[in-house]
Amino acid sequence: MPQPQDYQTLLPVIVLAVWACALLLLDSFLIQRKGLTACLAAAGLAITLGLTLSQIGRSSSGFSGMVVLDGFSTFINALQLVSGLLGVALAYAYVKRMGIERGEYYTLLLFSVVGMMLMAQATDLIVVFIALEMLSIPLYVLAAFNRTQAASEEAGLKYFLLGAFSTGFLVYGITLVYGATASTNLSAIFAAASSTSNLLLTIGAALILVGFGFKVAVVPFHMWTPDVYQGAPTAVTGFMSSGAKIAGFAALLRVFATAFPAIAADMTDILWALAAVTMILGNLVAISQTDIKRMLAYSSIAHAGYILMAFVPYGNPAVAPVSIAAGLFYLAAYVITNFGAWGVVIALEQPDGKGLQISDYSGLFWRKRGLAVAMTVFMLSLIGFPPTIGMVGKFYLFRAIIDGGFTGLAIIGVIASLVSAFYYLRVVVNMFMREGEQKIEREFWLDLTWGAAAFLTVAISLAPGWLFYLASAAGLR
Amino acid sequence: MLLEYLAIALLLVVSTLVGLIAIGLGELFGPKIKSKVKDEPYESGMPVIGAGTRRMPVRFYLIAVLFILFDIEVVFFLPWAVAFRQLGLFGMFEMVVFIVILLVGYAYAWKKGALEWE
Amino acid sequence: MVPVNYYIILSAILFTLGALGVLVRRNPLIMFMSIELMLNAANLAMVAFSSVNHSFSGQIFVFFVIAVAAAEVAVGLALIVQIFKSKHTINVDDVNSLKG
Repeated sequence: MPQPQDYQTLLPVIVLAVWACALLLLDSFLIQRKGLTACLAAAGLAITLGLTLSQIGRSSSGFSGMVVLDGFSTFINALQLVSGLLGVALAYAYVKRMGIERGEYYTLLLFSVVGMMLMAQATDLIVVFIALEMLSIPLYVLAAFNRTQAASEEAGLKYFLLGAFSTGFLVYGITLVYGATASTNLSAIFAAASSTSNLLLTIGAALILVGFGFKVAVVPFHMWTPDVYQGAPTAVTGFMSSGAKIAGFAALLRVFATAFPAIAADMTDILWALAAVTMILGNLVAISQTDIKRMLAYSSIAHAGYILMAFVPYGNPAVAPVSIAAGLFYLAAYVITNFGAWGVVIALEQPDGKGLQISDYSGLFWRKRGLAVAMTVFMLSLIGFPPTIGMVGKFYLFRAIIDGGFTGLAIIGVIASLVSAFYYLRVVVNMFMREGEQKIEREFWLDLTWGAAAFLTVAISLAPGWLFYLASAAGLR
Repeated sequence: MLLEYLAIALLLVVSTLVGLIAIGLGELFGPKIKSKVKDEPYESGMPVIGAGTRRMPVRFYLIAVLFILFDIEVVFFLPWAVAFRQLGLFGMFEMVVFIVILLVGYAYAWKKGALEWE
Repeated sequence: MVPVNYYIILSAILFTLGALGVLVRRNPLIMFMSIELMLNAANLAMVAFSSVNHSFSGQIFVFFVIAVAAAEVAVGLALIVQIFKSKHTINVDDVNSLKG
């Protein structure tokens, strides 16, 4: 029988889930103006963020060890809620402009955030699976939200098919792990796995890795990413590229660090190769893109590679805490920069689908200085150029990786970053050096999003210590 | 071990034989008259309209999908019903919560007109 | 008693068939059926393991997989119907406006 402590452990998730259900009913029965739904959704996210922050420093486990509350989950959940709030801010005016304003948008977004939060707290493979589906299914719908556009429908279908495909792998992986260890609880799996080493467990873990690999868009499971990111409504893409990535990496880290240290020797090589291939391929293919959404999609793949790099030494207790902290820091840096960049893309996008080519950014600096400077900051941050948060993130990351003895991987990462400078700087060059005309949308919440993101990108890089401290405190023990 | 399956094997053989004998006797002794009516899929049934594969109104899909969604939730009632006595009042309460969540979805579908046929 | 290995081998075969089906077939409906096959292969193995391990969590997991698969069916069929309405084809090779 559950105790109050069980509910305490899961309180923010429960509150947000109840809020989302209530909002679904309110929106369909009472609310006429959909802007109000957006405000209520943002209010729910803000309240949940407050609850999450009030749980800092606490740790407990609940529901017979199926969920846990610790520094890691609090850090990830706070990040998720912030990205949910930014997702609402990006969408608020965008959905009106595109003529897809419906209350369900915000409800689906809330349900997706519920799944993402549950994912960070899950310590049982059954809960991991449910959370993953809870975050994915609303995202399938959101990707296809612009029903009148063929591209959006197509993005939804592709995301759905490949997402469901990856779920199949994840479920089979969980099954094999369960067969090998007779449990779905992560610590019980750890206990059972350290006594016996067997093939079933390794294959199961590899299949779970494939399942998560699809979610976070790691090469060679990335094929859906460019199409889905391009076709989905841009506000959805911005939210999806941050939220789904955080959740996927959080679960990957939790599952591997808690349950599978025993097979770290096998997994490290696989993770090494995946990270290297992802960084190289993501950055190389991005060069040839002419569409800004596709370019950012490949950039997102490349960044999944950088973040995965932090997980390579997960089984080595001497190195893992620092490298995981660096990974979490990089994740936070990526979320801030990424939202800013997508905010700029939204500001230039027109309802007829124009304004999405990189050439459309020509001369932006001479039309609207603030926007062009912000975009420059984001591009520099994605390259890892000072003074931006991306540079600090890459510094921590490469240092941790080299300390861990993976110098080769770090060299690949640096070379990949150098290659990436080429296509990011092309956008900057277009904005400053070329002539061009564009129509720019001014909307308060949108301007606030990219403005705040640009400010934070620079500001945190000047004093990154506190965020790194938080990330270190959030590390899994 | 395989002996356990002997009964099933016997049943298979016997039932196949019975079927074959019935059809064979009909073939041997029954009258054979060919006519248009006899060749129809359902003799003395409804007259066939159109081809077998044709497009259905999309409304059927909507109803079917809603049916699947609410129907499948019944699997969660089964373990609950089995352990009903041990779970007691708390289990009852949890199930009420579960049903309320389902009702939220139901109310939404109703309001959106997914249950209207026209 | 059929040995448990038989179930596991059968489920591995079913899973492989499903995965191949997704990769080879171009009709989203059939691709989706193949995905269902993968999930049900996992369910079969889960129940088999559950009976070997004498633990119930495997069977509970199967319930959740079934329920989640139903939710996916709902979303997937809706998407496919929507695409068919606007394009009059659902072949994924014909649904390819996004590339680059």
